[in-house]
Amino acid sequence: MPEHPTPPEEPRPLPAMPPGPHLPGDGPASEDGAIAATGMGGAMDLATEQGDSLRKGPAGPGAPGGAGGPGGPGGPDGTGPQEKPRSLWSDAWRDLRRNPVFIISGLVILFLVVISLWPSLIASGNPLKCDLAKSQEGSQPGHPFGYNGQGCDVYTRTVYGARVSVTVGVCATLGVAVLGSVLGGLAGFFGGAWDAILSRITDIFFAIPVVLGGLVLLSVVTSSTVWPVIGFMVLLGWPQLSRIARGSVISTRQNDYVQAARALGASNSRMMLRHITPNAVAPVIVVATIALGTYISLEATLSFLGVGLRPPTVSWGIDISSASQYIRTAPHALLWPAGALAVTVLAFIMLGDAVRDALDPKLR
Amino acid sequence: MLLEVRDLHVEFRTRDGVARAVNGVTFGVDEGETLAVLGESGSGKSVTAQAVMGILDTPPGRITAGEILFRGQDLLKFREEDRRKVRGAQMAMIFQDALSSLNPVLSVGAQLGEMFTVHRGASRKDARAKAVELMDRVRIPGAAARVGDYPHQFSGGMRQRIMIAMALALEPALIIADEPTTALDVTVQAQVMDLLAELQRELHMGLVLITHDLGVVADVADRIAVMYAGTIVESALVHDIYKAPAHPYTKGLLESIPRLDQKGRELYAIKGLPPNLLHIPPGCAFNPRCPMARDVCRTDVPPLYEVTGAGPDRRSACHFWRECLDG
Amino acid sequence: MGRYVIRRLLQMIPVFIGATLLIFLMVNVMGDPIAGLCGDRQCDPATATQLRREFGLDKPVWQQYATYMGNVFTGDFGTAFNGQEVTELMSGAFPVTVRLTVVAVLFEVVIGITLGVVTGLRRGRPVDTGVLLVTLVVISVPTFVTGLLLQLLLGVKWAWISPSVSSEAPFGELIVPGLVLASVSLAYVTRLTRTSIAENRRADYVRTAVAKGLPRRRVVTRHLLRNSLIPVITFIGTDIGALMGGAIVTERIFNIHGVGFQLYQGILRQNTQTVVGFVTVLVLVFLVANLLVDLLYAVLDPRIRYA
Repeated sequence: MPEHPTPPEEPRPLPAMPPGPHLPGDGPASEDGAIAATGMGGAMDLATEQGDSLRKGPAGPGAPGGAGGPGGPGGPDGTGPQEKPRSLWSDAWRDLRRNPVFIISGLVILFLVVISLWPSLIASGNPLKCDLAKSQEGSQPGHPFGYNGQGCDVYTRTVYGARVSVTVGVCATLGVAVLGSVLGGLAGFFGGAWDAILSRITDIFFAIPVVLGGLVLLSVVTSSTVWPVIGFMVLLGWPQLSRIARGSVISTRQNDYVQAARALGASNSRMMLRHITPNAVAPVIVVATIALGTYISLEATLSFLGVGLRPPTVSWGIDISSASQYIRTAPHALLWPAGALAVTVLAFIMLGDAVRDALDPKLR
Repeated sequence: MLLEVRDLHVEFRTRDGVARAVNGVTFGVDEGETLAVLGESGSGKSVTAQAVMGILDTPPGRITAGEILFRGQDLLKFREEDRRKVRGAQMAMIFQDALSSLNPVLSVGAQLGEMFTVHRGASRKDARAKAVELMDRVRIPGAAARVGDYPHQFSGGMRQRIMIAMALALEPALIIADEPTTALDVTVQAQVMDLLAELQRELHMGLVLITHDLGVVADVADRIAVMYAGTIVESALVHDIYKAPAHPYTKGLLESIPRLDQKGRELYAIKGLPPNLLHIPPGCAFNPRCPMARDVCRTDVPPLYEVTGAGPDRRSACHFWRECLDG
Repeated sequence: MGRYVIRRLLQMIPVFIGATLLIFLMVNVMGDPIAGLCGDRQCDPATATQLRREFGLDKPVWQQYATYMGNVFTGDFGTAFNGQEVTELMSGAFPVTVRLTVVAVLFEVVIGITLGVVTGLRRGRPVDTGVLLVTLVVISVPTFVTGLLLQLLLGVKWAWISPSVSSEAPFGELIVPGLVLASVSLAYVTRLTRTSIAENRRADYVRTAVAKGLPRRRVVTRHLLRNSLIPVITFIGTDIGALMGGAIVTERIFNIHGVGFQLYQGILRQNTQTVVGFVTVLVLVFLVANLLVDLLYAVLDPRIRYA
């Protein structure tokens, strides 16, 4: 068994410990996770956890099992910086292709994307065509999921609902990821006053419960498009990703090869693009994948509270919400869209999980 | 014999296959004797120590064969509860990295005192007094004042003294020290080693000193067992081995020590790398790196030959030990 | 330690101001508070102007905010739509939500930590895989669906509980709603404890504890748990604020007249005073909970205490 010599005086952090209480500007980890709960519910916290454990890899000195994390393979004494991202990602890809969890969740997501683009492939009906006479009727030939309270075909509506859910999830995640990682990444890279201000701003956003913020902001919106909901999610979601990106950039920046590049006179932009981004991006991707699932869930919750999307938009959230009034007599109208929603969220969480595992050499 | 390990085999199941970490290790330690187990990283010396202590991670580790006789009784046949009572009380272990080996959230006094409350049923107050006594014994200045401090508040050397105190707490008959000074500064290393040797003499304990540092060995050990790829390749009294090694691996190790009288000469290094434990080479495990290797070394695993004419009770696992002794 | 507390208290101030200001602005964007005051009828312009002056609404927003915060610190949270003092609404609503949160936190501690420890010690075994799978499912199903289904099954189909909670909301009636509120965090606590236990189980100091000949029980409780629970306890502490804010969904499903209910009403009726008041208190709860967690953290981990 290999023995890992440990520098004698190196303070060794407890594994899986959220970094300490936050003191301004001391060390990379101090700000992150000081407020562990995100207010987005456990799934979002789960995402943070995933990101944290990934990020800790390269920074954690002498963690049992040796240095891990995105910077791990190759490490400071390994191959050149250019080799690193390639080998990390190709290693991860090789791992993923053999992972049944990844394959299944990937197929589910692929299927969702396909039916949200072309729902008519598997559902011939019109989701808006309802017949009140058939209200709450159960499963029957041609209509396997039965009818909801308004007499609409549940199967058709469930299939068509995927489009809105996937759109909201993808757009919100893209917005959050871009805004969050740019702001967080820059703050982590340059540090100083800008970093301190950003940290305080994220603290402020974390202090506001998400559902509450959604109720307040979206209650005045009368638009029936998905954009206000997406905008709200980006507004309240970016601090999450910016923390991850910031921490990730800071821990990557401390790697020896980045210090070496700096010592060799690499410019800031070159350092960011060539050395830091490829290595810091892994936790962001993982957290964003899991966040995507939670945004879909959040959309449904907001719709349930009556401030998310509004009819005639077809979405799982709206359908679950409207079915909740008939839950005692026609639970099937709630269970099908809720099941579809849960499977979707689950698929994204598992995908993120699998990618995290593949990118974290410590777990190999 | 206080401790006798006979033909011990330990495997680790990994995703890539079975790693044979220990392949038939045999050695013994008497009361009051210091045995140094010498070897590179991955030679199986730490795994052997953990197997003897009964703290091997199982799974993935597994003892597949052998006996560990402690005062004539095979520990491997003990029930876990009986085995536990031996640990700490009759045999104790000192680990390499005291900072991570001490619990970060308990005071050192609590960690030392625990030995007395658990094994001896002492009261908390008595345990604390004993802890102070122990800290005094390993010469930690101001022991009474520092008994409530936490591990991170001590320096590396002091922490290792606490580890030693913890091992000595119940005056066990056997101490296994796994690289006790490797993590320390050179200046502190000697102090800690001297302390350990002194206490060992005083308490007449058997000491198994696991190390890769030949310098440490020469100072304190009575006998040496050299390990390579999970087997003992040579065992002898310290001065015999330094005078004339009977295994090419030992020879290589001795020649790779920098010496003041050879300043300016290029330092000798054993060529190649230690073998992958998943694929140990056939024949003698050392043959790919051995300057003396011949065909028979690539096919026949050498037994542990009795070496005659170069000191008492001496063994070597080399087909050509005689040649090695001579040249 | 004292200086540490003071520094943390000072750091809370900008966050408190920022968060309340943010909510204040959001509520102002939300709509005209005067419109709500006149009920369903349109206010006549003269009354509206008069009301505006009365409430200081003709002044710039930052001044309104300053006045409001000034009042808040003297205990005056303003008046709700029906003429009731907001503080009065709070004294009715907060005890209910606090009880609900207490139930939820108890679930997290008792069930979450127990499951986490059990699975962490048996990593890779069927129990572990099973529990992990269940936690993933719980996380994937939105809380309101979990709530509706539990209400349907336990409250309607099997009639074990009453499907809606009476206005007194005693602890007994809050068990199922508390479980629903806790569900996602519960799953997370389980996972966090599991990861933490599984990682620490291989730690050197645990190996030392075994080598000392301590009984397995003592190794687990005194050495392994003590270290592993630090992140879990911090999470649960910070979760308190999130639970109280998130109770809005649970309270709506089970018709609990707590903070969420009042906030929902306030938002529906565009009552600025109620919304800002309640959110201000929630933000305070969140910040205080975080502060307490930081202090607790220092108590649990001596390395922080003496840093």
